[in-house]
Amino acid sequence: MKESVIEIRNLCKSFGNNHVLKNFEMDLYRGENLAVLGKSGSGKSVLIKCIIGLFEFDAGSIILLGKDIQKFNNEQWDHMRRRVGFLFQSNALYDSMTVRENLEFPMRRHEIKKKKSNEMEGLIRETLANVGLEHTIDMMPAELSGGMRKRIALARTLVLQPEIILYDEPTTGLDPVTAREISNLILEVQRKYNSSSVIISHDMNCINITSNRVVMLIDGKCYANGTYSELNSSQDPKVRDFFD
Amino acid sequence: MKDVFNINKTLEEVGGISRFAARFFREGFKPRYEFGELIRQCFWVGYKSLSLVGITAFIMGLVLTIQSRPTLIEFGAESMLPNMVGISLVREISPVITALICAGKIGSGMGAELGSMRVTEQIDAMEVSGTNPFKYLIVTRILATTLMLPVLVNLSNAISLYGGYLGVNIRGSISWALYWSQVFNALSYSDLVPAIVKTVFFGFAIGLVGCYKGYYSNKGTEGVGRSANSAVVVASLLVFIVDLIAVQITDLLGLT
Ligand SMILES: Nc1ncnc2c1ncn2[C@@H]1O[C@H](COP(=O)(O)OP(=O)(O)OP(=O)(O)O)[C@@H](O)[C@H]1O
Ligand SMILES: [Mg+2]
Repeated sequence: MKESVIEIRNLCKSFGNNHVLKNFEMDLYRGENLAVLGKSGSGKSVLIKCIIGLFEFDAGSIILLGKDIQKFNNEQWDHMRRRVGFLFQSNALYDSMTVRENLEFPMRRHEIKKKKSNEMEGLIRETLANVGLEHTIDMMPAELSGGMRKRIALARTLVLQPEIILYDEPTTGLDPVTAREISNLILEVQRKYNSSSVIISHDMNCINITSNRVVMLIDGKCYANGTYSELNSSQDPKVRDFFD
Repeated sequence: MKDVFNINKTLEEVGGISRFAARFFREGFKPRYEFGELIRQCFWVGYKSLSLVGITAFIMGLVLTIQSRPTLIEFGAESMLPNMVGISLVREISPVITALICAGKIGSGMGAELGSMRVTEQIDAMEVSGTNPFKYLIVTRILATTLMLPVLVNLSNAISLYGGYLGVNIRGSISWALYWSQVFNALSYSDLVPAIVKTVFFGFAIGLVGCYKGYYSNKGTEGVGRSANSAVVVASLLVFIVDLIAVQITDLLGLT
């Protein structure tokens, strides 16, 4: 039996009359890369923001690493967010800070802070080296290209070595070569840190490279569920729309 | 008329700002203080407005003196010029003008900075990395303006009085020592203390409105511009309202 690290049941979320998620169900198993595929505006970002607690949901339940997030207080969230990383669709780098300070920021709150500063520096350099951008350590985010910013954002997510990583469209807006590099990076991260990930995307190449399993989010529901090749051979027109 | 002054919207805004202030008091005094960030913000608030406050204060003192002279001459009270200038500067003009300048400079800066952080999801990013953005960004900024505005106003008092000295000496002539002794004789603590106390509230109002507007900025670049703009408008208005309340209180207390 596979162990679930995220369990979502009957999740509902609406903004006024806009019912974005309607009884959505999903499981993420330990060590797997799960891709969530859906049209633009189908509620993918809303879904993972519900998981990390940036949005409150209307009904249903989310069990994160065995704990029901609905009952969380601030302290419990602090603790949980140490174990769950989030890569923003828009990167959300702190643009008034250098790359080093960006990576230090998540650490200032957590146990690693108590480590000596040279250990912290070592960890930052190692994480930057993992995304291949060690030389940018003293640059400002504005001086970096879009692809580099994505990698720095990824490094900032990885610096706490989370057990679960939520990627919101890691390859959108990048050229095919850089997109493939990022996809390979995600695979490498899974292997190296032994993490479980939810990857939101509508980039089929990225999904093909990175995912062990795919969930399709259509009309606020989990419409289909299977490996990339299983869905690719499906005859359902709504599924085919994505693969053709 | 309904478009110009929408009573519902105004009340909503008043409610929003009040709730924001309540949250400041609720969260600001609980532990996990962000001292480093507070010092940094204090430095920026003071440093960013220093030159502007200095220049306007100097011109203010100079112009006020030059323009008051003819009227005082008419009453044959030219020798009272330093007293009059001193009192009007310290009690009202310097605090209010400094506060308005800071509302323009700091309020809009905070509105725009926090607004763009909101729009580019940097505030959300802080939240998911386990830092309470309200404490880290908002509490420190509001405290910084509250602490620094009195400092800036005192500085402005001093510089504007130097301007006044120069203004007196353009037409007439008065010795350095006589000018200052006349100014200080005219001023008592009941002039100075209420004026400084109200600047604390000016600073609080400016920080509060700037942060409120930025923190709840709407999505998009337009939203950032709008929050910066309305931060200045609302903060300036609030400065005058606080001033109005302050004068009533000092009047009631008999500190006139
Ligand atoms: N803060 C919000 N307030 C109101 N409505 C929102 C908000 N955020 C998202 N929505 C609505 O939720 C729906 C889903 O948005 P979401 O950002 O999740 O789309 P998405 O699947 O991530 O799309 P994309 O692939 O373009 O990023 C949209 O209809 C949007 O209008
Ligand atoms: Mg999205």
